[in-house]
Amino acid sequence: MKVLMLGWELPPHNSGGLGVACFQLCKKLSKNGAEITFVLPYEHEHEHDFMNVVSAKVADVSSITGVYDSKLYKESYGLQGDVYDVHHAYAAAIASVIADQDFDVIHAHDWLTFRAALRARELLLKPLVLHVHSIESDRAAGGHGNPLVREIEQLGLLLADRVVAVSELTKQKIVDEYGVPPHKILVAHNGIDLDEMPQLDPDNSYKILEKYKSLDYKIVVNVGRLTIQKGLTNFLLAAKVVVKKRPKTIFLIVGSGDQYRELVSLGASLGISRNLVFTGFLRGKQWRDAFGVADLFVMPSVSEPFGLTPLEAVVYDTPSIISKQSGVAEILKNCLKTDFWDTAKMADQIINVLDHDSLRELLLKNAKDEVQHLNWDKTASMLMDAYKSHAEQGLLT
Amino acid sequence: MKRSIVLYMHVHQPFRVRQYSIFDAGVNSNYFYADYHDRTSNERIMHKVAEKSYLATNSRLLDLLNKHPEFKFSLSISGTAIEQMQAWSPESLASFVELTKTGRVEIVGETYHHSLAFFYDRCEFETQVDKHKELIKSIFGQIPTAFRNTELAYNNDLAYWADKAGYKTILAEGWDPVLGWRSPNFVYKPSYVESDLKLLLKNYRLSDDIAFRFGDRKWEGWPLTADKFTHWLDESGDATNFNLFMDYETFGEHQWHESGIFDFLSHLPEQWLKNPNNDFKTVTEVAETHDAVDQVDMPDIVTWADTERDLSAWTGNSMQNDALNAIYSLKNSILSSSNDDLIEDWRKLQTSDHFYYMCTKWFNDGDIHAYFSPYENPYDAFIAFMNVWQDLNLRSQNNG
Repeated sequence: MKVLMLGWELPPHNSGGLGVACFQLCKKLSKNGAEITFVLPYEHEHEHDFMNVVSAKVADVSSITGVYDSKLYKESYGLQGDVYDVHHAYAAAIASVIADQDFDVIHAHDWLTFRAALRARELLLKPLVLHVHSIESDRAAGGHGNPLVREIEQLGLLLADRVVAVSELTKQKIVDEYGVPPHKILVAHNGIDLDEMPQLDPDNSYKILEKYKSLDYKIVVNVGRLTIQKGLTNFLLAAKVVVKKRPKTIFLIVGSGDQYRELVSLGASLGISRNLVFTGFLRGKQWRDAFGVADLFVMPSVSEPFGLTPLEAVVYDTPSIISKQSGVAEILKNCLKTDFWDTAKMADQIINVLDHDSLRELLLKNAKDEVQHLNWDKTASMLMDAYKSHAEQGLLT
Repeated sequence: MKRSIVLYMHVHQPFRVRQYSIFDAGVNSNYFYADYHDRTSNERIMHKVAEKSYLATNSRLLDLLNKHPEFKFSLSISGTAIEQMQAWSPESLASFVELTKTGRVEIVGETYHHSLAFFYDRCEFETQVDKHKELIKSIFGQIPTAFRNTELAYNNDLAYWADKAGYKTILAEGWDPVLGWRSPNFVYKPSYVESDLKLLLKNYRLSDDIAFRFGDRKWEGWPLTADKFTHWLDESGDATNFNLFMDYETFGEHQWHESGIFDFLSHLPEQWLKNPNNDFKTVTEVAETHDAVDQVDMPDIVTWADTERDLSAWTGNSMQNDALNAIYSLKNSILSSSNDDLIEDWRKLQTSDHFYYMCTKWFNDGDIHAYFSPYENPYDAFIAFMNVWQDLNLRSQNNG
């Protein structure tokens, strides 16, 4: 099964979960017999024995920054014209990548690749699978978002031979917002690849927080982009309630994004700066150690199509509170769940996990058992089946 | 009665907080000593300012003092500035001492750490004033009789305090909404003060002509010569004293050498003294020479900063207030530790500049704020400060 895979980022050049999900999915698909040619819009040496990574030579790697933000994306790209021109650039570059090659199926991830994917389908006359990790209204936290992006999403999803959604939540949104027939959408939850996760280093980077812990402080961590989709405004409002009840609590906020200044100001307005730590964007050891030092992870997202971080947190020994408005809430059972807007409940749950080791330990133990099974096996085999049936069927239209 | 120029210049350098991350906290307590080439390196900034301003200006001031027996002026020098000169530019400090040896340079009292402690903790404020007084006495052999609070932040309470503390003169901004029709070019007295404490009000128009507008080619007064400036003073109508209060770093740092600021300074005494009715006085001298013409009531805090002349450049947003509250909240645990290093770090973090860097008033005053900040933006300044606070807080709990 020869698969032309179109992506936007791969670790270590990922700005978020999209690159990680693509990487782990491809690894598992290749074990199941897929021969993958993975196309990236930037040049970099990726050496993976399980797939062939090629560059569509659209741009330099340093400019791939705004994958989730269509406005930032356009500005940081420095390209003339609007976002359509960027798509044409990727789409035009695709032709040279696939020249003289044959594929059985095309599989593309998120709106940035959709135009190139449609172009590839037109050139190759092979079935197209569009994989949706998030749609524009997710990124706009329920708002309308960028109409140009919506247009690309709708066009692509309607023309695709098959749509894959990372959760039931996402499937429903695709149906509601874009009128895509439900039967065309396959729900395939993301997984977690435990082999790709380095062990925690016993020597934690957060010395100050370890010292606080020795003085009976507890640490609550959030890891993610500081953007409206992630619901951090509500998180800080809940933090205010927690600090009032339980002053020995520190909230560690890991990430960067367009809300950085707003959130720093909000924390100060709430008078809880002493209980807040903003680290900025982190990778590697410092990123892992944030989970390692924390007693609890909170994912308060307004809209999270999947949301891998609670699973990562569990691997690094931290139980989670997650918003019900997330895809991962559909598959992770051993965690506390709250509506993203219910800051009183969020605060209540945070205080209880911090105050009751029995609750914390049980959540963690059971969640650790659970994540052993939340791998990519099921998703990869569903996708292989889909590839096969579409390859046999050919184009639907 | 002679008309006097009362030139008062303020020398200050803060201990800027380096780019201190949360990964430094709990590991090292080096808050103020950045790599030499970092934007926040206090050593590098001291070297730059010493060369461009302190040494260049003092050599001219000394020439003027030698040349004109009537030339006099006043200085205030914060304790943090003196510490930095001792560490990184002892020749600068020696040049200031040299000036005072003429007997015609008065040193004005203030807080050692250039803090806003008066408005947060009166007891801590008095400690810092005493500490400054001792330092000034040991280095310059003077005991200040005039007082200026950080950023010239003044209200009736401050005057009341200064009166009880025995000062003869206190300095404030000559702000129109307070003065009304009255001119700053006279000696006043504060409200609610029974003794002979005098209030000197900065003539901000004339002061800012030098401190802010001097190098501005779009200003109608440009180019400003000593001849032109003294002509303006002569034409100012009734007056006993022209209070020209400014940052010392005006000379050579805010206004660069190329602007002609040093030529202006070098010619000012000569031009002014051409008229036998003119002279120079120090702040205490002028206060002792004249009776107060009126009493000035300032219930609200007035400062010399920005178009608002209030504390909003330091306390105008939530980050600044949260950071100020955080630092003063540590008082008891820090002082009870009796750990001198810890106490000194805590005091260095009270310096008003830290909160100024967190200012988000971008518009009219934004230019000058950005110019003085070693941080990329106010939020980064706040984060570095709060990371330091976390470390300081734990040190205070562990006593060290």
